[in-house]
Formats: sequence, structure tokens, C-alpha cells
Amino acid sequence: MNRIEKKLKEEEKILSVYFTAGFPRLDDTLEIISKLEKSNVDLIEVGIPFSDPLADGETIQRSSKKAIGNGMTIHKLFTQLKHLRKTVKIPVILMGYLNPIMQFGIEKFCLKSKEIGVDGLIIPDLPIEIFLEEYFDLFNKINLFNIFLITPQTSEERIKLIDRNSKGFIYMVSSSSITGSKKNLEDTSFKYFDKISKMNLNNPTIVGFGISNRKTYEKVIRKSKGAIIGSSFINFIEQNSLDNIGEFIKKFR
Amino acid sequence: MKYKVDEKGFYGNFGGAYIPEMLYPNINELKVNYLKIINSKNFRKDFEKLLAEYVGRPTPLYFAERLSEKYNTKIYLKREDLCHTGAHKINNTIGQILLAKSLNKKRIIAETGAGQHGVATATVCALMGIDCVIYMGEVDIKRQAPNVARMKMLGAQVKEAKSGSKTLKDATNEAMRDWINNPKDTHYIIGSVVGPHPYPDMVSRLQSVISEEVKTQLLEKEGRNYPDYLIACVGGGSNAAGLYYHYLNNKKVKIIAVEAAGKGINSGKSAATIKLGKIGIMHGSKTLLMQNEDGQIIEPYSISAGLDYPGIGPLHSHMYETKRAKFVSVNDNEAMDWGLTLSQIEGIIPAIETAHAFSILDTMVFKKNDVLVFNCSGRGDKDLETYIKYFKL
Repeated sequence: MNRIEKKLKEEEKILSVYFTAGFPRLDDTLEIISKLEKSNVDLIEVGIPFSDPLADGETIQRSSKKAIGNGMTIHKLFTQLKHLRKTVKIPVILMGYLNPIMQFGIEKFCLKSKEIGVDGLIIPDLPIEIFLEEYFDLFNKINLFNIFLITPQTSEERIKLIDRNSKGFIYMVSSSSITGSKKNLEDTSFKYFDKISKMNLNNPTIVGFGISNRKTYEKVIRKSKGAIIGSSFINFIEQNSLDNIGEFIKKFR
Repeated sequence: MKYKVDEKGFYGNFGGAYIPEMLYPNINELKVNYLKIINSKNFRKDFEKLLAEYVGRPTPLYFAERLSEKYNTKIYLKREDLCHTGAHKINNTIGQILLAKSLNKKRIIAETGAGQHGVATATVCALMGIDCVIYMGEVDIKRQAPNVARMKMLGAQVKEAKSGSKTLKDATNEAMRDWINNPKDTHYIIGSVVGPHPYPDMVSRLQSVISEEVKTQLLEKEGRNYPDYLIACVGGGSNAAGLYYHYLNNKKVKIIAVEAAGKGINSGKSAATIKLGKIGIMHGSKTLLMQNEDGQIIEPYSISAGLDYPGIGPLHSHMYETKRAKFVSVNDNEAMDWGLTLSQIEGIIPAIETAHAFSILDTMVFKKNDVLVFNCSGRGDKDLETYIKYFKL
């Protein structure tokens, strides 16, 4: 069984954390993963930095730029994560824009991810139509989950298409925005979460974008399977020692 | 038609719409509506009227007598530099603002590098009384002050793109982020034949008025409606796409595309995407891109701010792959010299982008009766400061 699937069954609610690989320092990646696991985080999304992250706000743009400057590449990331599964038990997802993955080789990237124990991928600029046509069989064969995004603007018909072809969970973007641009979520977001839960989808949803404090986190997990914290975690590790990661997570649960 | 975009938005191996889900509704709305709108009678009527009365079309097809004599061949210039605002860019912005109105959009965003597309967008927004936000790299704002002032005079808000390398590609990222944040009321006017489908096709169609006019004008002057050669400079490729459009399937017409080599192809300071690029994904399109082996986009360089885009429209990548066009690249100094030459032989001060195209006259040999049509895509006023510095005028 894929670790994502298992985790979703075991835990009532999921707290997932996103960070950019190679930030703040090139070799922090594995240490951050371990510290997050020790802090009882359920799921980790490791971001692969790209020079032109067009769905990301200032924080992730900054961490990506710094990480690239530090020398982070996909090759480097796979080296850092080579022994991931000697210590880390929780599911790990790699998240990255298509171009760096394409230059590495998409098939090679999937196989290598699987080999080191990565459980899923999020490739925001790979549309579902192209995924289904060109990569579905590959992902299916190696039991690697591809996680899709939906937003408040996604039509019902399209949500159903995404739901039919999703494994694990659906990444529910909380509002029409880029990452890290909202401090709090507005009522419209919660109305949208209600609308989605009424659709009775096959897959659970985990909410990302705009979750930066306990209050929002708690409100969000009442309406979904879980929440993803990204920009606010990156801001935290930019300014604090990695030893304090546990304290940061305690601010949420 | 081999060079027409297919249903999924591809030209051969290039194109498509590689966009995050957040942009899907915006792009889908355009995809579903753009052909219906731009082929409608009302649109054609308004578009043609504005092109004639506001832009000043048709632009002349001018027989460059002295230049032809010097190179012993027949050289025509398609005078897009005479368009209102000084370049071909306005053909596209007029079309897209009409489209935005049909879609009931209340706000326009655009990216700009040198500022030409920004000015053309700010102009049509003023014309229609629609709010306008232009994203421009911090670096470009500093080096293109007159165009920034023009946009402001026209009532546009110019926002600094401070991310990445702070130039055109980052301004494009910022505009796309704005569109993600404003999915309902905003239309994004992309300035070139780049970006996700349907932009490359839509912008090509709107610019195709250039080759449509060339056909009529050549018939009058040469007794045949096609030339032997079409020559244009290519950054993203919109003036080139407009010049080539109606000739793409006419095998009698040879097509030449001129890229900016900057300080030289191998100097590390170049914008020659075809020569230096590899297939990849940027700004929602699969095309040839300047990038390092890890897939990070490389910031291009050219003395002309309108050619330093790290990608190229997917149509052009396809034309290159299928050998439909010959791609050459030209260094800064050759282009600058041609800026001066064209000024002094024909009395036309070209934009530095445009000047690149003429350099092929020094490297290729043409027959006496060959008919060459150059796209004189823009005028040089905006480049005066660069010319002044370079030639110590």
C-alpha cells in the first residue's frame, strides 16, 4: 500500500508541511524532513526550486531563488534523499514545476522517486489532460500517486474528472490566489469547502494556500481531511534555527 | 494546414497549455471563445475600423530604392513602424481589447520588456476607458524611462516586477500571478506569440493583417501576390508571425527569421533561443528555451530590450524543426550598424529589434529579380538613448 493511502486511513486529520529543498542551506533537506516527522507532521511536500514559479508568491519565489543559488538541483535532491527510508516513515511528496523534471527526464524522475521511497508527485503545470494521455500508465505501474489541484474556479465537471483520476487526496487550493498571499481565509473559501464536501468525492481533500495560524488551521480541518502549511513554515525556518521546528508545529496542533 | 495550431493547441511538438489549475478557467474561457469572437462580423467591423482610422492601416509597402540598388536586388519594407505608437504591437492590443470587451472584462493586465507592448496596451485601454496594469521588470523600468512615462500619461499603472531577474520573463510571471489572483474580471493581453494556447494562435491571427496587406500590395507592385523572401526579427516572434502568416503554406516563399545573438552566440550574453535553446516548458508553453541543464531558465541578453526573451513562440520552434524557416542570428554591433545604415540610406531610423533583420543583406546573396520583404516592425525613437551612447552622437 502507498504510504499516503495508509496515512490517510490511519489519521483522522492530516497536517502537511511544504518546504523548498535546499533552503535555507543546501544540505538542510533531510534534517528538515526528520524534524518535521518528530514534530508529528503527517505528510511532507518537498519543493523542487524553479527559476520561474508562476503559481507562487513572494516567499516561495525567494526560497526557490536562494535554493537554486545554493546549488540545489534534482540530481542533488535525489542524492540527499538516497537513504530517506532508513529513517523517515511518513509519506513524502515531491512538488515541482514541469520544466526541471522534463530536463531530468519525466520517466526517469518517476522511477528514481519511487526507488528512494517517494510516494507521490505534485506537478502544478502538468494539466490532467496531458497526464492522462502520456503518464497515467507509468504512475499507475509503479504506484506513484499524482496529486491534482482544484480551486474555487474549477468547474464541477472538471472536479469530477480530477476526482475520478486521483489517488490519495485532492489538493484543494483555498482561494483564487498564488501561494502565501493571504494571511487569513475569507468566508468565500469556507463556502467553497462546503460545496466540495457536498459533492461526496471519492478522494479526501487537503487544503493548501493561506493557512498560517492555528485558528485558520482548525477551521479548515473541520471542512476537510487536512491542511498544508507552506509559506509560513518557510518564513519561519528562514528566521529561526531548525531546532525550533517542533515549536512552530505546536502553534498549529 | 501544417502550420496551423491543432485542436489541443500544438504546432507539431510545440505549444499546448501547460498551466497550473488556477489558470485553467481563464485560459479555457479564451480557448472556447476566441475564434468565435474574432471571426464574428461585429468584431471584424470594429477591428478593421480601428486599424484603419486609429492605427493608420494599411501601412505602406515601401520599395527601398537606394537599398535595393546597393544590394542589387528588390527590397520592400513593410512599414509597421508607421503604426500609431510606433510598432506592430498595437495590431494585437486593438484586437485583444475588443475581445476583452466581448468577454465583459473590466480590467486589463499586460507584461512588457522594452515597453512597446506596454504602451500599446495602455493606449487601447485609454481608448476604451478600461483599467490597465502593466508589469515591467525593475531593471527594464530603469532603462526604458520614456516608455514608462508614456504608459503613465496614458493612465496605466506600471508595477515593478521584482522577482527573479527583474526583466521581461519575470514581468510575464507577475502578470500571470495577477491573473491567478483576479480570475473573473481581468483579461491578460500577452504581447507576443508566446504563452499557453490559445495565445500563440490568437496573437498570430491578429498580427496576420501584416501579411494580408503584403499580398494585396505586392500584387499591385510586382504583379504577383508573394515575395521570394520574407525577413523579420524574432524575439517572442509576433511581428514575424504576422509577416509570415498567409505565406506559411506557400513553398515559393522562403522565410528568414533573425534572432539577437547579443555579444555573440557563445559569449554567454545572447538571446539566440533557436541556437542555444532546448525544448522545455515556460509561461505555459512547450517550446525552445534558453535554460541550463537543470532546467532553470537563463536570462538572455541583447542590446535591444524587445528581443531578450528566453523563449520563442511555439510556431517558430515548429518552423525551425520542420525547416520551414531559416534562422540566423546577428550580434549587437551588426544590428547597431544597420540602425545607422537604414537611417542614412532610406531616412528611416529603425528600432534596434528591426535593425537586426537587415543584417542578412551582408551575409546572404540574392538575385537581381528576387523580391524581398522586410518587416520594418518598429521605429527607433524609443532607442535613441542606446543609439546616442553607442555612436556617441
